[in-house]
Amino acid sequence: MPTQDEIYSKVSATLVEALNVDEEDIKPTSTLQGDLGAESIDFLDIVFRLEREFGIKIPRGELFPESIFQGDPELVQDGRVTPKGLEELRAKMPFADLTKFEQNPEVGNLSNLFTVDLITRYIQGKLENGSQN
Amino acid sequence: MRWIWIDRFVDFQSGQSARAVKNLSLAEDYFGDHFPGYPVMPAALILEGLAQTGGILVGEANNFQEKVVLAKVPRAVFHREMLAGEQLIYEAEIQNLRPEGASVLGRVLVGGQVTAEAEIFFAHLDQSRSKQIFGEGNFVFSGEMKYLLGRMTGGKARPGGPAPRAGG
Repeated sequence: MPTQDEIYSKVSATLVEALNVDEEDIKPTSTLQGDLGAESIDFLDIVFRLEREFGIKIPRGELFPESIFQGDPELVQDGRVTPKGLEELRAKMPFADLTKFEQNPEVGNLSNLFTVDLITRYIQGKLENGSQN
Repeated sequence: MRWIWIDRFVDFQSGQSARAVKNLSLAEDYFGDHFPGYPVMPAALILEGLAQTGGILVGEANNFQEKVVLAKVPRAVFHREMLAGEQLIYEAEIQNLRPEGASVLGRVLVGGQVTAEAEIFFAHLDQSRSKQIFGEGNFVFSGEMKYLLGRMTGGKARPGGPAPRAGG
């Protein structure tokens, strides 16, 4: 089982390839869209590369939950994520730290959740669960 | 203008790989300007032919139910210029196929030598964006395109509709 540091550096290398950024630009707190300039198609690229790099399967919507992004009215209203939506986020992204987002659940802030650190924790969770099977 | 940058499929393994031929004819319009006296196939059009080979392969994998569009070219390398009179062989291989899209590894060969390589990502439009934006009906694989595909692949690909066949 690789350490969190090892996973982080592999994730970092993956993002360098997918987003065409320099290694120095990537920090654990870097957001994919805000800091690293990722666009929607880049998320697909990232998923492909992570699957290949770590030998895991990332089911659709597990890492980047689309139901929230697509603005389902039960989950998003007036540009804010509803309590039901927050529940959905918590369920779909157990590896994410939602405390800051919950204080101001604007849809526009959603992208700030997606940091390099989040991906690292997600991968770590996947690898740990995989080895228990 | 017809935007078909491959002439014929020579191999088609559904859901896996495909090879197509593109003949470079001096009669093609762009050679007049690119460049006068030195007819070089523009790299963007070589990439388009490779993308069409891969895109049709990906489309057929889902029986042309998805709108397959070129989304990203993470990497493209051109080893040498390709000139009028040469015959390009496009090879495409599906690396990953998901509901949202696919990644394809492509190569261009001339006379058995690799002259270009690229990694190409396709998106399934409705699976990654709302249907409401693009409407019903598949504008990517139109009637004529599907008919041509049926003929080009020698009937191996399923065009998704009845295609008139001359020889029966």
